[in-house]
Amino acid sequence: MYSSFAFSFMPYKTILSPRASITTQDNKNAKDYRTKVSRNPKLEKLQYNYLFPEISEREAQHAKKYPNAKIISLGIGDTTEPLPDVVASSMANYAYSLSTRTGYRGYGAEQGSKIYASFYAYKLLIIKSCYLHTSDKSYEVHFLPENSKSSKLQDLRKAIAETFYKDMGIQGAEVFVSDGAQCDISRLQMLFGSNMSIAVQDPIFPAYIDSSVIIGQTGEVEQGSGRYQNIEYMRCDPHNNFFPGLSKTARTDIIFFCSPNNPTGHAASWEQLEQLVKLAQENGSIIVYDSAYAVYITDGSPRSIYEIPGAKKVAIEVSSFSKIAGFTGVRLGWTVVPKELLYSNGFPVINDFNRIICTCFNGASRIAQAGGLASLSSEGFKVSFRPPRVILSEQLLNPHISFQAVMSLVDYYKSNAEILLETFESLGLKAYGGVNAPYLWVHFPGSNSWDVFNEILEKTHIITVPGSGFGPAGKEYIRVTAFGHRENILEAADRLRSLLL
Amino acid sequence: MSAILQNVSTSLSASTSTFLGHNNLKAIKPSHVSMAGRMSAVVKCVASPSAEKTAYKTNVARNENLAKLQAGYLFPEIARRRNAHIAKNPDAKVISLGIGDTTEPIPEVITSAMSKRSEVLSTVAGYSGYGAEQGEQKLRAAIASTYYEGLGIEEHDIFVSDGAKSDISRLQVLFGSNVTMAVQDPSYPAYVDSSVILGQTGLFQKDVEKYANIEYMKCTTENGFFPDLSTVRRTDIIFFCSPNNPTGSAASREQLTKLVQFAKENGSIIVYDSAYAMYVSDDSPRSIFEIPGAKEVALEVSSFSKYAGFTGVRLGWTAIPKELHYSDGFPVAKDFNRIVCTCFNGASNIAQAGGLACVSPEGITAMHEVVGFYKENTAIIVDTFNSLGFKVYGGKNAPYVWVHFPGRSSWDVFSEILEKTHVVTTPGSGFGPGGEGFVRVSAFGHRENVIEACRRFKELYK
Repeated sequence: MYSSFAFSFMPYKTILSPRASITTQDNKNAKDYRTKVSRNPKLEKLQYNYLFPEISEREAQHAKKYPNAKIISLGIGDTTEPLPDVVASSMANYAYSLSTRTGYRGYGAEQGSKIYASFYAYKLLIIKSCYLHTSDKSYEVHFLPENSKSSKLQDLRKAIAETFYKDMGIQGAEVFVSDGAQCDISRLQMLFGSNMSIAVQDPIFPAYIDSSVIIGQTGEVEQGSGRYQNIEYMRCDPHNNFFPGLSKTARTDIIFFCSPNNPTGHAASWEQLEQLVKLAQENGSIIVYDSAYAVYITDGSPRSIYEIPGAKKVAIEVSSFSKIAGFTGVRLGWTVVPKELLYSNGFPVINDFNRIICTCFNGASRIAQAGGLASLSSEGFKVSFRPPRVILSEQLLNPHISFQAVMSLVDYYKSNAEILLETFESLGLKAYGGVNAPYLWVHFPGSNSWDVFNEILEKTHIITVPGSGFGPAGKEYIRVTAFGHRENILEAADRLRSLLL
Repeated sequence: MSAILQNVSTSLSASTSTFLGHNNLKAIKPSHVSMAGRMSAVVKCVASPSAEKTAYKTNVARNENLAKLQAGYLFPEIARRRNAHIAKNPDAKVISLGIGDTTEPIPEVITSAMSKRSEVLSTVAGYSGYGAEQGEQKLRAAIASTYYEGLGIEEHDIFVSDGAKSDISRLQVLFGSNVTMAVQDPSYPAYVDSSVILGQTGLFQKDVEKYANIEYMKCTTENGFFPDLSTVRRTDIIFFCSPNNPTGSAASREQLTKLVQFAKENGSIIVYDSAYAMYVSDDSPRSIFEIPGAKEVALEVSSFSKYAGFTGVRLGWTAIPKELHYSDGFPVAKDFNRIVCTCFNGASNIAQAGGLACVSPEGITAMHEVVGFYKENTAIIVDTFNSLGFKVYGGKNAPYVWVHFPGRSSWDVFSEILEKTHVVTTPGSGFGPGGEGFVRVSAFGHRENVIEACRRFKELYK
């Protein structure tokens, strides 16, 4: 269908302009002092900017060019909907408690903190109106005393284990709370070191490859294909149902695997993951399983690699509150390292990861962790702190939600995805994903994705992400995210229809 | 942590290291006492020798750099010892002057900004997702104008982070494994440990308690805790912390001028850790960029942890001048930006809202009050040890008191003080061989605890 579109071909460089997001000049005056420290050659290997700042830069340039255009961003997977009240309030309360003598806490355990859940919290307090963005009144917020039997010290590591890994035998002590998956991926690379070989899906979220280059696991990039030497790329496309042909995959030490997948949206089935675990067992490899989108799964596909028997001996799992609780700016995630996962010499991987966490990190923000606990709290009604409402203390004794409130955030984005899927379908375009993930992977056969990206941007003022930013196999695809206000999603759908029909 | 390592058969020798001291750690069981505050890792798994034979192992080789590390990171080890002591002495009132953990509440002007930001995130108009990885523009600008006014460091030179410890490792990732580094001896352990992890060092040499390939710049009572640079070999990177953790010494303008000159002559890059700058009481420089020429040879790391009690909130920054270039002319800031965009995703927006309040006029006054409180604590500790006839260093420009116990093992003194007074300190050798014979007493604590701890010191050492 792409060939029938009646827009003009605008030639753009297919290569990302290097370091577009920094405006300082490279080649300064020869008289400028230089140190004698060599630039890290691994950073030199990186061909382009990291993908998402590049997209931001393009958006900024476009906004300058068309100052009156209403740009709709379906590009960077950035959440748009507000946090549920109970989550925001728990963080607000926790932040306030840090200015009280009994509530103040300093360093938390690097692996994750125990926190007095703030909706149980400390003492009777009146939140002053100066804390509010309304000029309005004061709220009365009821707290239970610290030593009340209903105020509990909550362990976020344990809460994560119990919420996401129930019956999989993962304990709190195997969960490491972090400031997000992107940071964890690099910390895992520091853990593994430069003498590792890695395999990645192609296409894939670029952080695995870029961090691998930075830590020194790869060779140079092959100019033609854009692939780095020494990385095993496992092609995922419609021909293999977006699951790699494992029999063709060379052995590597580490296998990065993201499911539901960013960018293709494919969620691997139980059988497929069983094959993956088997491959890891046969090759003695370690899987790094990225399950950041697990709660988007609709079709009963596995939500954790640990649903597969034997996975605890071969897999690490990384996940995040970003896309499930809107924590993209708040920064909270986790990594599971099972105690059964051993290096070839028998040394437990968890011991070394713990050392990395204690040395290279200092824990996620306690406030973010309080918010994480709130988002995992059990069902019930919404505890709202909006004015003017009196909350009965009995109600406070049974705060339930908030995972439901979080799920509804997820449902919101999932229904956005449905709208977009329908739109592309109605245009005769094949759109993959969108069912188990907040991403659509739209195929424009015979095209170059940067060209399509530019066309869509020029003609509809919609930002997407060109598939080749995720790897060579993404060349003919565009990733469209389902994050956005509903009205923007609907308008984007209209614009796409008018462009592509 | 080290108890677990001892149970696993690795190439690590079980003989003493600087961290293990001479105590038999097998006798110290990890504590299961729940405490607010820093916990050591309670990892229940142990690959005991018999299980190893039957337990499945992957074919992935352990990163040999991690194998070079001698024991756990210093501060979890201190926490472990503290917890073990509490478990053994449940009625003792243990006072912690060990880990430099802040204890006083964060001023309300700052927490209210964080509360407000949290609430705002639940509104349609106010919600924000990903922020710029380098930090929110207003905060970067405010940090530049607050701490670097007139020094030529601007908004775009500031990279906001989740704290200095994370930044140090990101800087190591930036520099890569093929650089050499110099550290003060003694120094904050994160510089050395991150260097080992990144593969910049050789093996640990037990006889001298140093890692091969690191240049240790001795800071002693004899040289006024400023290294004799004429004896220091050239390295690519020089880590320099002033006011210093653990010695408390603040380098003078003259000394830092020498350091900048040294870096210039050698073409080195100084990583200047100024996390305690607000504790400076005299006219010692608060930023390396006060020294002319420093922008061409230095970058600076700092943190809100010890100013605003942000140890648990997590916020800091790194300042990289535009003038700082690699040997091929490439700007260091560009590569650091790439690292920050790829290996990081920005500091928490709520923490950043707090940071903005920190550098408001009211916030700065409030931070000075917090700092002032801890400085008063420091003065009490200094007076106490002085009155007991000890030689005491630091304590004037930093919240650390460096107490000399000549001829004694610092771990022994640490244990003695813990056993006899139930006060946790930090043994100097945990900071490097140059720390042997010293104990670091940190001044973070409730006033009554500091006073009580000092009373107990007087009892013990009268």
